[in-house]
Amino acid sequence: MTAFVIRRLIESVVVLFAMSLIVFVGVYAIGNPVDILINPQAEPLERERAIAALGLDRPLWEQYVTFLRGAVTGDLGRSFVHATPALGLIVEKMPATLELAFVAMLLAVVLGIPLGLWAGLKPDALSGRAIMAGSILGFSLPTFWVGLMLIMVFSVMLGWLPSNGRGPTVDVLGIGVSFLTVDGWRHLILPATNLALFKLALLIRLTRAGTREALLQDYVKFARAKGLPQRRVIGVHVLRNILIPIVTVAGLELGSVIAFAIVTESVFAWPGMGKLLIDSINLLDRPVIVAYLLVIVAIFITINLVVDVLYSALDPRVRLTESRG
Amino acid sequence: MPASAAPVRDPGVPTSPLRRVAADFFADPVATFGFALLALLVALALFAPLVSPQNPYDLAQIDVLDGRLPPGAAAATGGTYWLGTDDQGRDMLSAIFYGLRISLSVGVASTIVALAIGVVAGLAAAWAGGRIETLVMRVVDIQLSFPAILIALILIAVLGQGTGKVVAALVTVQWAYYARTVRSAALVERRKEYIEAARCLALSPLRIVAGHLLPNCLPPLIVVATVQVAAAIALEATLSFLGLGLPITEPSLGLLIANGYQYLLSGKYWISFFPGLALLASIVSINLVGDRLRDVLNPRLQR
Repeated sequence: MTAFVIRRLIESVVVLFAMSLIVFVGVYAIGNPVDILINPQAEPLERERAIAALGLDRPLWEQYVTFLRGAVTGDLGRSFVHATPALGLIVEKMPATLELAFVAMLLAVVLGIPLGLWAGLKPDALSGRAIMAGSILGFSLPTFWVGLMLIMVFSVMLGWLPSNGRGPTVDVLGIGVSFLTVDGWRHLILPATNLALFKLALLIRLTRAGTREALLQDYVKFARAKGLPQRRVIGVHVLRNILIPIVTVAGLELGSVIAFAIVTESVFAWPGMGKLLIDSINLLDRPVIVAYLLVIVAIFITINLVVDVLYSALDPRVRLTESRG
Repeated sequence: MPASAAPVRDPGVPTSPLRRVAADFFADPVATFGFALLALLVALALFAPLVSPQNPYDLAQIDVLDGRLPPGAAAATGGTYWLGTDDQGRDMLSAIFYGLRISLSVGVASTIVALAIGVVAGLAAAWAGGRIETLVMRVVDIQLSFPAILIALILIAVLGQGTGKVVAALVTVQWAYYARTVRSAALVERRKEYIEAARCLALSPLRIVAGHLLPNCLPPLIVVATVQVAAAIALEATLSFLGLGLPITEPSLGLLIANGYQYLLSGKYWISFFPGLALLASIVSINLVGDRLRDVLNPRLQR
């Protein structure tokens, strides 16, 4: 177990390092940030000074070494546009994104598991089929278009909910959150629904497939033969067994929800780090792009690692074969 | 699963595999509907210049005074804007036909390139084994652990914008799926007798892999490729919507939707709504076809 964790940690560091190199070199090759960041009418001397101040005059490898040295100490460079530390900008926007992602994931789990269970218990009933048809639609609909339609219906036509922004935030331990106020929820509900839709479809399918499989197992037949009521058979024997893979997938998907928030945040003008990334790509704000990508890769690697370890802890049948190798 | 699992139909009449698959496919009304819808969309895309009421990108044919007209409005030049006009006075119906053309061709082109790369990588991994296999599959695993949108955004941030770069991003996102699919199929197939027979005939490895192994790995590949075309179209639309996709000179459906976004808030829904419907129709029809193909081509499900 320990060997496995250590191996995965080393692997993670290698991936992170490789990503930093690819991203840094690649983003450098986009174009010349000098042209974008410095007033074209500036005096040549002024230009020189600005280039030197941003460190853009030094060779690429030297910039990378400087960047790496900083990265180890948590300094990922300064934003060209905002003139503040890039990592600080990301961290500042992170609570908004995480809040959105958690609410979306919660929605997907709270709705997806019961709906999937229902569809799995009654695969041939009209209700079961309707749930599956809805889940296929959830897979097919492009997230951004669903977002637009939600705005069209609930903001423009019905005028029930605001179409953009985050609304007021309340500080909890120094972090602004919006789920504590009614107006915060009004702002949160549309983007969270939008973001949840795809994962909801996924969880419905997974739960349905798991339920159908579990119902054929001997332990369910025995539980029925013992005369246990249906509620207990489903609630304890079926649910417990299908919950492990579902929880695993839900955990793994959290990372992808954070990544997908880029799209939803752009549609709803949600002030999170995804919107910051899109703005930074458009402005060629190199340090912020690099910082965002490294942060999200780190989040992904952490989530994958935690889920892998938890999975083996939850399910004794899973042997971490790599620990022997 | 041995070949004998194939259905035994009327043994007197020899049927080609293609005809059998087609007969199976069209036995399902939903899949038939999906296929018909897809055929219609492809035809509209192919013949967009012929079927469109106007050429939306010929400045001589559009009139800014006709801008933002609702669906069904009469054009100043006669005729009707059935789906309304955008802010430039373009007929939305024509813009959608042309957009469909661009969206579908980007999706198909990127899929074909990715398929070629993925198949070569996957076959090489399965055939060579050892270090090559470990390397290829490690790259595939790492790539597939990140969502497609993130990989595409990283590439766009790295490469910059433009049609070729969007296609490159879509190819990079997709190839791993094909590599994985073709490898797992090839690992099963390479242990079968016909490969052994081909080896005994001392055929060159290239000929065995390309002539004997690859054709037998095709069914799962076709299924994955179909679904991936839909995914590529959706991803391209998303990138274009974010302003990081195709340039304004080649307005795909995603760009049309993005273009209508600002007018949506003032109730002018049609500029975004109808291109979205066209996008949705493309994706759903491809997925319906892909779902059915999966069932038809899967020997395990054949009764």
